[in-house]
Amino acid sequence: MNSRHSLLIAISIFFALVMALMPLPISFEPYRPDWVLLVLMYWSLAVPHRLNIGTAWVVGLLMDLASGSPLGVNSLTYSVCIFITASNFQKIRNFSLWQQSILIALFLTLYHLMQFWLNHFLMGVYFSPHYMWPVLTGMLCWWWIFLILRKYRRHFRIR
Amino acid sequence: MKLMFGRTISLQLRLFVAVLLSVVLIVGDRYTQGGTTIRTSLNTLVSPLIYLANLPYELFSIGAKNLHTRDQLLTENEALKKKQLLQSEQLQQLQFLSRENDKLRALLGSSAKQSNRKIIAQVLSVHSNPYSHQVVINRGTTDGLSEGQAVIDEMGVVGQITQVGSTTSRVLLMTDTTHATPVRILRNDVRTVVEGIGKINVVKLSHVPHSLDVRIGDILVTSGLGGTFPEGYPVAVVTEINRDEGHPFAQVYAEPIAQLDRIRLLVVLWRNQQESISNE
Repeated sequence: MNSRHSLLIAISIFFALVMALMPLPISFEPYRPDWVLLVLMYWSLAVPHRLNIGTAWVVGLLMDLASGSPLGVNSLTYSVCIFITASNFQKIRNFSLWQQSILIALFLTLYHLMQFWLNHFLMGVYFSPHYMWPVLTGMLCWWWIFLILRKYRRHFRIR
Repeated sequence: MKLMFGRTISLQLRLFVAVLLSVVLIVGDRYTQGGTTIRTSLNTLVSPLIYLANLPYELFSIGAKNLHTRDQLLTENEALKKKQLLQSEQLQQLQFLSRENDKLRALLGSSAKQSNRKIIAQVLSVHSNPYSHQVVINRGTTDGLSEGQAVIDEMGVVGQITQVGSTTSRVLLMTDTTHATPVRILRNDVRTVVEGIGKINVVKLSHVPHSLDVRIGDILVTSGLGGTFPEGYPVAVVTEINRDEGHPFAQVYAEPIAQLDRIRLLVVLWRNQQESISNE
């Protein structure tokens, strides 16, 4: 029973990884939401005993390898974000959907600022405001991700 | 069984371990060199994911190919035939010229030019880190690729290979902020270095003295110094010169000759094994 639940969660994360790597038309590229982080956040709120910082770290490493960023950058930022959601899951769960999406936007801002900061030190990139577009699109996508994954979780009774 | 309150390890400890491991990884990845087997196998681990993410694009392009009309194909065929005729005429000249060049070099007793090994690779269209300019290609260690090989397309220099897996590799484009290319100006053989500034259609010439003879429209070709890029491939065309005496150096910008935002087929070059000296 245990392994079946973990497998179902892994499948959803795998889909998020594919979505994160899939090519988009160049004009939509800056607006790509952080699918993987949003899905990880959902599971860490819904089943915090199952998905935790360890998983976030491993998935972050996969994301680093697949997107060619310096190894460890996504692991670090995912771990910090999942720490925040997993340690406050009981509070965040009780918020309404739009309140949650504002909180998620805050976490995404933190994630992107940390990403930028690490990349600034490692590769000397400079800040440009379009790095923050995914915060807005991620906030709008949270509704759909939340509703779809809740349906998925209830259908397969993942606990 | 729901272990909602009886956690074994506290979240703080988990975060501490995760942060520690990440910092070790970041430092290790940034400050160690070379294509170790660990890196290659890690890159190989994610290549199925990359191929899967590339699949929709591939299906679309196959679909688009099948929807070409007969007329389109005929006109394309015609244009390609004309181009091929012109190029084969140039090729005949090239053979003659290269033989003559070899003879002259032999007379001078200078090093002979060798033709390098090369392979054609296709760009997999997958998303990469937004903070750097890089593309993934469908060749890896199984085709004999290694880190630091030069990559060009039909127009000019594209970049170099930075990470290899068994079936995929990552090419760092020359417009990335961490990339610099040793070049010389074709017109007067002045050596300089071109570096990326993070924009896909602009590169910058670094440390150019105000007195340097450079004009708008000058073509920059690889100088062969540094050992990564073979000599003589076109890199960029100078587009903007700002000789403000208030700055310590002149600001010279150039536009890459290869169209880096629409590359599809690339050529990966091998380095010359040795520059043999013919002094018989």
